[in-house]
Amino acid sequence: MTAQALQPPTLAHRVDAVVIGTSAGGVEALSALLPALPAGMRAPVFVVLHLPRERRSLLVEIFAPKCAVPVREAQDKEPIVAGTVYFAPPDYHLLVDAGPQLALSVDDPVHYSRPAIDVLFQSAADLYGPRLLGLVLTGGNQDGAAGLAAIRRAGGLSGVQDPTDALMPLMPECALAEGPADFVLPLAQLAALLATLDVETVA
Amino acid sequence: MDAEVTDQTFDIEMGLLVDAIYLKYHFDFRGYAGASMRRRLKAAMARFSCATLSQLQDKVLHEPAFFPQMLDYMTVQVSEMFRDPSYFLALRREVVPLLRTYPSLKIWVAGCSTGEEVYSLAILLREEGLLERTLIYATDINPQALERAEAGVYDLDRIAAFTLNHQRAGGHSSLSDYYTAAYGRAVFDKSLRQQVVFSDHSLATDSVFAEVQLVSCRNVLIYFDRALQNRAVGLFRDALCRKGFLGLGSKESLRFSSSADAFDDFVRDERIFQKQGA
Repeated sequence: MTAQALQPPTLAHRVDAVVIGTSAGGVEALSALLPALPAGMRAPVFVVLHLPRERRSLLVEIFAPKCAVPVREAQDKEPIVAGTVYFAPPDYHLLVDAGPQLALSVDDPVHYSRPAIDVLFQSAADLYGPRLLGLVLTGGNQDGAAGLAAIRRAGGLSGVQDPTDALMPLMPECALAEGPADFVLPLAQLAALLATLDVETVA
Repeated sequence: MDAEVTDQTFDIEMGLLVDAIYLKYHFDFRGYAGASMRRRLKAAMARFSCATLSQLQDKVLHEPAFFPQMLDYMTVQVSEMFRDPSYFLALRREVVPLLRTYPSLKIWVAGCSTGEEVYSLAILLREEGLLERTLIYATDINPQALERAEAGVYDLDRIAAFTLNHQRAGGHSSLSDYYTAAYGRAVFDKSLRQQVVFSDHSLATDSVFAEVQLVSCRNVLIYFDRALQNRAVGLFRDALCRKGFLGLGSKESLRFSSSADAFDDFVRDERIFQKQGA
């Protein structure tokens, strides 16, 4: 669309938190996205990446050096710090709770996945309502579709990686089959979009 | 409808439901963490075709026969045997040598749900030659879960994963030595539970009932808010003998607990703590 081409979409003043879900191809996709997060951003970013169940995940080690913002593995009951990227630990669901604080659970897997994207997205939709942005990226199952629909129902913004740009298009396709997204973009443009998140202004 | 308003109504109803359950059935969920409870109650609403939580509350209050199903939705976590094998390996290698020095042992599995961890510990202790001098208290608030735990019957299709976990946990026997397969189910050997007392106990409302050398309470505290976590860890502190051990879930910590000072890290990566001696 011409209008969009002339004026790239922006998240300025619209978003208090971001949730991102992905599975197969997710490390590569996140490598394109997370480094675009602006230093000093205000919104916390929560990420579920389907992983094998092993105890230790290397995501923090992989992404911390590439990012301009702090990157951590989520701990139960940890107060949510502005501008921080939190990864769900393997074999636990990640939720956000009043406080705001992080919460973990070992409730049953959803779509054979724990952590599940739907669990994170639904809890974030409850907490952040219309001030939330949810992104579904490359992946090989339908996790995230119901969660993105919950975000949309709560009045939040939804984004989906353009299926033609995704290593595994199924997850983006399932998300789009549940309803339209505000942004359907290739990774490079999703990265540019995230770069427009608000940053703390020094008074 | 405004999304935030909807959610606020849900939270009001959630508070009312939890109070109603406490007043009518004396199960205290008032200190449970909100996000997981919200999710479970939404699942229960869908399962029982209730459009609102108030409708669910109506059933809870007016259909006592319905309440046990509700309790399952609010409490049960399905675990697996030897979940996090490295935890059991650390118990075997680091904790068992010290437990061996006691002439008799008491172990408390708090929040045992359907019993997978109880049988895991019993098998580990049997392998280490300690089961006969051990009493295991297996407690939970859900009487149906306790019944299932006591029965020790698990679906056969879960056994492959249990077996792999058992091997990774340093098991030096075969898991198949401990169960009989029949009709798609694995029935665990009742000699394993000769030394187990299954009992109703609430970390929210009950007190300490015995002195123990080891408390294993894994992935239970994550469902509690800070205040209830403090209460529970305080009970563990009071139940443990000097130099006794506390094992938590792999993502749980004592960092935010008011009793943190009473414990030292023992096997830090496996969340095994030791109560101080003084």
